[in-house]
Amino acid sequence: MSIGKTPGLYIHIPFCLGKCPYCDFYSITTLELIDPLLTALLDEAKAQAPKWKAFDTVYLGGGTPSLLSPAQLARVMEGLQETFSISEEAEITLEANPGDIDLHYLQSARKLGINRVNIGVQSLRDDILTFLGRRHRRREALAALEAAHVAGFENVGIDLIYALPGQSLASWREDLSYVLQLPAIHLSCYQLTIEPDTPMGTRLAKGEFTSADEDTQSDFFLATDEYLERGGYIHYEVSNFAKGETFYSRHNQKYWNHCPYLGLGPSAHSFDGRSRFWNHRSVEKYIESIKGSGNAQEGSEILTMEQLRLEALFLAMRTRRGIDLDAFKAAYDWDIWEEKGDVLKDLIERKLVAREGHILRPTRRGLAVADSLGLI
Amino acid sequence: MKHIRNFSIIAHIDHGKSTLADRLIQYTGVSDERTFKDQILDNMDIERERGITIKSQAISLPYRAKDGESYTLNLIDTPGHVDFSYEVSRSLASCEGVLLVIDAAQGVQAQTLANLYQAMEHNLEIIPVINKIDLPSADVSRVVEQIDSELGLDPEGHLECSAKEGIGIEAILEAIVKRIPPPDGNENAPLSALIFDAHYDSFRGTVIHCRVFDGEVKSGDTIRFMSNGATYRVEEVGRFLLARQKRDCLTAGEVGYIIAGVKTVSDVRTGDTITLDDRPCTKPLPGFKEVKPVVFASIYPIASDDYEDLAVSLEKYKLNDASFVYEKDSSAALGQGFRCGFLGLLHLDIVQERLEREYDLSIILSVPSVRYRFTLKDGSVVYVDNPTHYPDQGSIERGEEPYIRAQMMLPEKYLGAVMKLCMEKRGTNSTMSYTSPGRVELLYEMPLAEVIYDFYDRFKSVTQGYGSFDYDVIDYRESNLVLLDILVNGEKVDALSQIVHRDRARARGLQACERLKEEIPRQMFKIAIQGAIGGEIISRTTISPFRKDVTAKCYGGDITRKRKLLEKQKKGKKRMKMIGQVSIPQSAFLAVLKSDTD
Repeated sequence: MSIGKTPGLYIHIPFCLGKCPYCDFYSITTLELIDPLLTALLDEAKAQAPKWKAFDTVYLGGGTPSLLSPAQLARVMEGLQETFSISEEAEITLEANPGDIDLHYLQSARKLGINRVNIGVQSLRDDILTFLGRRHRRREALAALEAAHVAGFENVGIDLIYALPGQSLASWREDLSYVLQLPAIHLSCYQLTIEPDTPMGTRLAKGEFTSADEDTQSDFFLATDEYLERGGYIHYEVSNFAKGETFYSRHNQKYWNHCPYLGLGPSAHSFDGRSRFWNHRSVEKYIESIKGSGNAQEGSEILTMEQLRLEALFLAMRTRRGIDLDAFKAAYDWDIWEEKGDVLKDLIERKLVAREGHILRPTRRGLAVADSLGLI
Repeated sequence: MKHIRNFSIIAHIDHGKSTLADRLIQYTGVSDERTFKDQILDNMDIERERGITIKSQAISLPYRAKDGESYTLNLIDTPGHVDFSYEVSRSLASCEGVLLVIDAAQGVQAQTLANLYQAMEHNLEIIPVINKIDLPSADVSRVVEQIDSELGLDPEGHLECSAKEGIGIEAILEAIVKRIPPPDGNENAPLSALIFDAHYDSFRGTVIHCRVFDGEVKSGDTIRFMSNGATYRVEEVGRFLLARQKRDCLTAGEVGYIIAGVKTVSDVRTGDTITLDDRPCTKPLPGFKEVKPVVFASIYPIASDDYEDLAVSLEKYKLNDASFVYEKDSSAALGQGFRCGFLGLLHLDIVQERLEREYDLSIILSVPSVRYRFTLKDGSVVYVDNPTHYPDQGSIERGEEPYIRAQMMLPEKYLGAVMKLCMEKRGTNSTMSYTSPGRVELLYEMPLAEVIYDFYDRFKSVTQGYGSFDYDVIDYRESNLVLLDILVNGEKVDALSQIVHRDRARARGLQACERLKEEIPRQMFKIAIQGAIGGEIISRTTISPFRKDVTAKCYGGDITRKRKLLEKQKKGKKRMKMIGQVSIPQSAFLAVLKSDTD
């Protein structure tokens, strides 16, 4: 399926039962605010509707969207369907925590049009789940996957975290060998990034453990790539793998392909192709602003052509798709090959980038240094 | 004349020279609280940050003493670094006395001694002042004891103060009046005035700072510089208060300024004697020396578009720094630039910093070099201060390098370490004498190139800061020289080339490689750094590539954050020089000369 330039819709549900010690995303644990928030969300949707009519992807992320009851989920989905034109074959994803979802829940989600679930498994080892401060255990993760399968979801993804303090490559390989047997058509494998202003960051600073060094990270990265590709997954973005192009996350690709997207909810970011704007982070402030003016925008920026080029370049270098030199020239009035030919030829020689016709893409080693590739 | 006192404050670094100067200025009422900017005399940012005075400054302080008489106290501030020792000597030559400031907690230090000896050379009255007596760690009696034993001065005559707290200031002013002799000179003799500094004023041109020894000078006079015979018509004379204060004339014994339509400070030579064209004095004041640059390096803009800006900035900078010289230069690796001459490495540092700070330029300096002399097989003689112009090795009959005489003062216990260092630096012809029990004066003849390399830092380090060092360039001596090139990923970087003694080449090559390895950030690919003489590789290091830098997540809101980060990195990269695909930071070019001990 082509990504197209049709915008994607992102819904931020900023609630969690507890904060995971490594997470620096915005979320709160005051669940009483869920209903007021949904009201605000749908109001924001209505206010934005004139500018954004059609979407072909919807992504409910968070936070923990699966904290919504089936009724609340229905309220959101029906509200969105009423307000926007969401295409029939749209990809509609729900992010879910293993402990929250059972067969019944997933069946009702399916009825609401949700056709993709992404389950926050994180690990299949209980000791790691404890270290990560997760509420579920391996057993619940497997049960959730099974339930998704039974509920009829074909497009099921799981999140995994790796390159943890003390984790050996052998034990990670073992985990992956098990993952290959699961009915997950999509994998997001994130290397653990310990942000300084998180509880885990504090522990790291105190020296309670050490994070994986760069060489280890690189070894894990390449081993994961190799292992999963051999297992039938396509490594299509730095942290994302899918069993065939059909199962690439269509919504997330919009980010990487510089497509427009509308983000609703606290701290959500939107992009209209030229400018980016974002909402207040605080749930209270968000609700209040929407009540007052129907708008909760905290800031915005209009991207210069140079900024657009830089974004397009570093985003493309994060993907298997890479850069279409001709399309790039047309969209950004920038002939990269003409301007950066020397650097690019050098990178090709060093096997960090490969060129096939008018397509320039990072190699697997290149993907590991994509940030630098964006700086050429 | 009996109401004039000319004095200077000398001190080891950080012993409180500038604070004391400020306090004297404040006490005598030249500046009130409102105009008082901390440390008025050190008024350049860099001087403040490094705590050293680069240019001399002068100020006249009006003071009514306890004897009921009014005095003019001329404070002449001096630079505080070996690169500028000649300037210091000219400032001291303009005085009759000095305040020798000693930190009550730290006691006598290397520069205290070096300064003392200089003051003694000029037969100045020396008033020891123990500063910072308010510090909890102050040990005044120990310092008094040192004044006697280490400095050989009468401890009875010392003063105690806290410049910071304003304690003991009046006693200092009284001592200046009572103990420093008034200038003696003949007002009726032909004019004889010593130039101790000059600065550039964008409205008036060059302002000459001078001390009049004999005669007088007034506007309308035609003055003559005795070193080159150049004549100028005096437009204005006056004294330095916080601003210039115009006066009818400057007479014998006074310190002040002359404005005489001199275009640039380079037309003025520190230490020169000014006299009147129609009634000249018979001989110039002693001690004049033509200051010549001894260290050379090329300056290149990081972005070649900035070349014109650099040219304009150098021209402006030069207006105020007579000892800085430059000419056009170009490098295969770094493009168009300028070859510059400096008094020493600190001078070089200062020029670099001021160009970056005040003129907002991103520049790169090539590896500094001294000026070598080569006699070629065809009999011709060439001077080479730029490794790029190194003659073809086959055409060289004889190479020579400049030598200095180093004068070092140090406590006896560091003698062994210093001698070892001097020998390592190819020092010869040493002589040694005891100046007082436990204290040694050591003389060595050494190649200047070794001194600019890392000698001073290591000398300070082995003497734990208790040694003082000064040098004079003496002559050229034969030396077995070779050209050491540096290659980065196979590409020769001419700005990193050095002319070195053959015996040192291998060690230098290795050191250069190691330094560059530390300074050049890891990149996406392996970087090979090699040292070569002719075609032969003599040293090699590699910088291993980084293998992972990509962040795990990049969704909606992450994109802006990531872009901003990359924009910042891009900006940083613009401050580096690309050699092939390798980004080399500015610091790498100077680091090549730095030693392990830094």
